[in-house]
Order: sequence, then structure tokens, then C-alpha cells
Amino acid sequence: MKEIEHDSRNNLEGIKGWLNPSRYGWERISYWFQRLTGVFLLIYFIGHVYETSTIVNGQNAWESFLELTQTVWGHLFLIMVIGASSFHSANGIRLIFTHVGIGLGTPSRPDYPYSPSSLNYRQKSGIWIALILSAAAMYYGFTVLFGE
Amino acid sequence: MINSNENNKDEKKIVLKIFRENTAQKTDSHYDTFNVPYKKWTTVLDALLYVKSYMDPSVAIRYSCRMASCGSCGMKINGIPRLACYTKISELETSTIECEPLPNLPVIRDLVTDFSRFFNHHKNIQPYIQSKDGVDDPDTEKKTFSFYQSPDEVDKYLQFSYCIKCGLCYSACPTVGTDLKFPGPQALAQLYRYYADTRDETKNRLDIVDDRHGIWRCHFAGSCSKVCPKGVDPALGIQLLRSYMLGISKNDKKLAEKNEIQTDEESI
Repeated sequence: MKEIEHDSRNNLEGIKGWLNPSRYGWERISYWFQRLTGVFLLIYFIGHVYETSTIVNGQNAWESFLELTQTVWGHLFLIMVIGASSFHSANGIRLIFTHVGIGLGTPSRPDYPYSPSSLNYRQKSGIWIALILSAAAMYYGFTVLFGE
Repeated sequence: MINSNENNKDEKKIVLKIFRENTAQKTDSHYDTFNVPYKKWTTVLDALLYVKSYMDPSVAIRYSCRMASCGSCGMKINGIPRLACYTKISELETSTIECEPLPNLPVIRDLVTDFSRFFNHHKNIQPYIQSKDGVDDPDTEKKTFSFYQSPDEVDKYLQFSYCIKCGLCYSACPTVGTDLKFPGPQALAQLYRYYADTRDETKNRLDIVDDRHGIWRCHFAGSCSKVCPKGVDPALGIQLLRSYMLGISKNDKKLAEKNEIQTDEESI
């Protein structure tokens, strides 16, 4: 029989495993959003550095580049940036606390039906607060950018 | 004794889709579909064994205790890693059940996966009590000791010692899915289990996972704790361990007092 290699990538989920996060509950959805917003913000920051660097080519170059953000699509992009940064920050603060063991409960003898203390209401509330803050910030951005 | 008419009245049918692949013979993967009768207490493992007994004996599955104690029958059932013996068909509330091998573990055949990588990570964290006694003195190593631990000291690690090594947490972890060198939730939670045990005297245990592929790769998706069939809560163990490694929690562990026990052999 063929020997199976221990470092085989056969059946490895890869980033496909990030798809359909709802099957594992809110914590997995929050993980998925945290990663997506992180990648999105990285792309934004690279673009932002490029945008601000255009000033070295003079005021006209700077202003013509800035006009890109004054279109409907530019406004929608900025609203996405506001939402992503709000969620990433709020959820990130929650994760900083969890990564040092705060807000997770303490180990205890498990009784059936099992309810993991690390997935407690504090964590779910934190995720919901991050989502609500993000939606509120996006709404505020929308009224400022598309308002009178 | 149950009346046979009553028996038939309770009986419904479920469509069971089973993943088929033979890695050794390099056959293409596909799904076979079976209509299986079930009752309200029928588990997915019962249904698979029914298929094996009456429909297709070539279906490969791994199982043993049938009571969620051995951790052998882990598989992906309707997209989520679960124990087949611990999952009732009636609780899934679907007309079709899809059984696939556990993700992130190489497929050997059909629903059977190779756990070598998983167990290698487990062995790597040195999952046993280590005492300084006996390291330099082989005579001391032969002696038997009893340890005194308070209930509070036991509670710090007992939850994690219920792990049955079924691999469900390892399969559900999104980090394992992208990094084979990551030890996975099971091994990391076991490291915490031994680290928190007052009988263990090892000081360098944390160095094993202080690596860029180690504990720092956990981003607390919580999926490991979500799928654990024994309430072990690996995510909790990992975060508590990280708290020690970051110096936020102080390790105030007092080593357990021990008394030498005279064995029968010695007293003779």
C-alpha cells in the first residue's frame, strides 16, 4: 500500500475553510470579518500612502487624484473603509482581551450538555457591539458623504 | 418487547450521501447515495453500519466504542466535524445527510483519515507528567509516589484531560487548514493541561510552542470549542496558556507534595 506522507496537503481545507463561516457560529464569523477587514485595510493603506505621495508632484496632481474619492464609487469605497476600520478596531480590542485570558471564564468540570465557557455571552456581546458600531459609523459616513 | 408493527410505524428513510475515494488505488473521488431507514434514536454511525451490512460492504469507516468515548468515528457530517456515534439523524433535521472525511487530515479511504500528523503534534508537546526526580537517578525513577492536590488544583486542568483525541477540533480549526506546522487546538490545550498540573515540574514546556507556527498562530475563531464533543473547550486552554506566555498571568503553581509509596515488591 502506498505510504501516505505526513506533510500531505491532501484534504487540506486551505482558505476554502473560511467560506461559509456561519456553520461554526458567531465567533467564526467574527474571525472571518476580522481577516477580511484586515486585508481590505492593508490594501487601503497602500493606496492611501500612494495617494498622499502624489503631493510631491505638485498641487494639481494631488487635487486630481483626490477627485477620485469625490465620485459615487469613491464615496462608497470610503464608507467601506469607515465600516472596516470600525469593526476591525472594536473586535480587535475584544481579541486583545481574550488573547490574555480575560473575559473567557475559568476551567471547570464539563457537564452535559456542554457549553464552552470561552464562547460565552461576553464574547458574543463583544462581536455584536463591534458589528453595531461598524454599521453606525457607516451610516454616519453615508450621511456626511451623500448628505446635502 | 417492541411490537414489529409499531416498529415499522416509527421507521422513516433518509438519503445518506457518502464520500468515496481510495487514495492507494488513486480512484477519483465521488459520492454514493443510499436510502437508509431510521428511527428517532438512530445515529449516523448506525446508518453507516446499515449501509455496510445490507447495501455496500466496501464503505470504509473507522469506529469502535459507539458511545463517544474512543473518538474513532469523527467525520464531517453536513459540513461540520462531528462524531458519527454522537449525532442522531433526527436531530440534524434534514432529508439528506452528507458524510465526508474529516478535513485537514489526509484521506486513506472513504471516511477514514490518517491521524499521523495529528498524533505527531500531540506527542511533540510531551503529553505526560514530568518529574525532576529520576532524571539523574535511575533508582528514584523506579519509586512510586502519591501526590496531594486540592480540588481547586485539580479543576485547573481536569476539563482538558477529558480530551478523547477525536480530531474534530483539529479539523474545524481555520489555522490548521492553512498551516500544517501549527500544532492545532488539541495539542495546545493538552500543553496547557500539563502546564497547569501541579505534579508537573517541567519548566521549558512552553518553549515547544513559542514559535511563529506555534501558539501565536491561534486567532481565537472558537470553532475548536464549538465542535468538541466532550466539553473540553480547547480555545479556553489556548488563551490561558498564551496569557502565561505573555506574562499577564503569573505562574504561581505550587508543586504538589508527594509521598513515597512502598510497593509490595519493595516490602518483600
